[in-house]
Amino acid sequence: MTSAVSFRKVSRHFGSVRAVDAVDLDIVPGEFFAMLGPSGSGKTTCLRLIAGFEQPTAGEIRIFDEKADGVPPYRRNVNTVFQDYALFPHLNVLDNVAYGLMVKGIGKAERRRAAEETLTLVKLPGYGARKPGQLSGGQRQRVALARALVNKPKVLLLDEPLGALDLKLREQMQEELKALQRRLGITFVFVTHDQGEALSMADRVAVFNDGRIMQVGTPSEIYERPQSRFVADFVGSSNVLPPDFVQRYSGQRRWGSLRPESIRIGRNVSGDGVAAKLVSASYLGATTRLALDAEGLRLHATVPSGAALPPEGETVTLTFNREHLHLMEEGA
Amino acid sequence: MRSDRSQSAPLGLKIAAACGLLFLHLPLLLIFVYAFTTEEKSYQWPPPGFTTQWFAVTWSRPDVWQALSLSVQVAAISTAVALVLGTLCAAAVSQTRFFGRETISLLVILPIALPGIITGIALRSAFNLAEIPFSFWTIVLGHATFCVVVVYNNAVARFRRTSGSLIEASMDLGADGFQTFRHVILPNIGTALLAGGMLAFALSFDEVIVTTFTAGQQQTLPIWMLEELVRPRQRPVTNVVAMVVVLVTLLPILAAYYLTRDGDQIAGAGK
Repeated sequence: MTSAVSFRKVSRHFGSVRAVDAVDLDIVPGEFFAMLGPSGSGKTTCLRLIAGFEQPTAGEIRIFDEKADGVPPYRRNVNTVFQDYALFPHLNVLDNVAYGLMVKGIGKAERRRAAEETLTLVKLPGYGARKPGQLSGGQRQRVALARALVNKPKVLLLDEPLGALDLKLREQMQEELKALQRRLGITFVFVTHDQGEALSMADRVAVFNDGRIMQVGTPSEIYERPQSRFVADFVGSSNVLPPDFVQRYSGQRRWGSLRPESIRIGRNVSGDGVAAKLVSASYLGATTRLALDAEGLRLHATVPSGAALPPEGETVTLTFNREHLHLMEEGA
Repeated sequence: MRSDRSQSAPLGLKIAAACGLLFLHLPLLLIFVYAFTTEEKSYQWPPPGFTTQWFAVTWSRPDVWQALSLSVQVAAISTAVALVLGTLCAAAVSQTRFFGRETISLLVILPIALPGIITGIALRSAFNLAEIPFSFWTIVLGHATFCVVVVYNNAVARFRRTSGSLIEASMDLGADGFQTFRHVILPNIGTALLAGGMLAFALSFDEVIVTTFTAGQQQTLPIWMLEELVRPRQRPVTNVVAMVVVLVTLLPILAAYYLTRDGDQIAGAGK
């Protein structure tokens, strides 16, 4: 099957900095693909390589089986929603949305109709006459989305599009983006450093670190079966357990991970559990996050709020189902 | 500390400010007054009588028209050259990173900081060495050296405020380089260029020193005025011309001020 986007040993070096280092990647047509990683991990450079703002130092990029190297951004059937939205300040909303059609030479009546239609799609009908400066952050984001979608791209690239929005708006936009992607069937490639965002929206997630992809998989694979310490640590604050700790419970000398919600807290010290001192408890709403110290090993557990907790400084017993202890690949 | 803008300044400060303004602008008024005097050989105070005849005399003197026409042409062409070169230079310095960028930025601005006489001497000896005869075009070249700076400064400030991703967004939406320039870059830097161009025009229009060194037999308007001052006849004609020059240079500068002020608001609101 043809990939929407495929990378074959793609590298992008800036001097001695390997922003993207021999990355292999296949994005399936019609999927919602997230690139997740800390800042400087190469995810945005990968997006810019797809858009054509960067050219690979080595390797080959194909977009729907067409070679992309050397093709300038304006000849790629790919559109981008920029992090700062990059709306044209001198044009009104309608002309912003119609810009792509205008430069392609489509007639005024036709492009106005298409722009209005797309504005309705992003729930901003009737906003055409306003200037970008008169819109709120969330509205600008929708205009940026409409401006990209009106061109009917084969791949839509989104560069941390929700980063500038407040929490409530962000959650609402997450749902809308996902619904929009299902409806249009366009391949979405989404860059984010927010684990929750990546896991909740994407069909598949690629976790980046130091210019390389550490793991690609569905959100549940990434979350439940991290292949490396980095992924376990970065995707949702898993407890990373050293080999001698893991050996006691699994018999294998490997690094392991244990999700905070898999740990149960007991007050009685029993033979099977791990004795740990309760360092602090932070109330997070539905859950409470506990910081624990088990013989020098720092662990986190989340428990439902409302359960009776021992006072801070008390020694408690930690238990967990051994099936939840995930072993990482050797050498991870 | 409280900052009360409504509270008025102390009296002493007010007087000092008024004196400063008077010192700057009274001499200008004197020039205007002498344009109407009946005494033509010297500037006598108070003027013995008032007349408007010098306006007619000025109007009918061909040397005034020649000098004016030369000045307008020089200013127009220098400004045009400066608009092209200054904008290109500003685009390069603000949009890309390269070795020696700050140095080049400084070198571009330097001509306006240098005393005109040094620019003048340097250009004159350079023209001599290259055996370029002094002409209309050498004056234009001389003026362009400082006109470029004015345009560059205006354009670079606007470029810095214009998000670089606008250009990428335009390219992303299918616009090639030329379309991006026409539909995105030019509308965003347009007012800055107009302002820079007007300032450049005004600077060139009343330039004396560089012109002295780079002109051949031609007389631009300011040079003509300088020569006219040492002649004992029809002195008020110079004052009439001076009045015109003040108005001609003041209007573009005022316009430039208003244009960039509005431009700031537009650029700021778009972010």
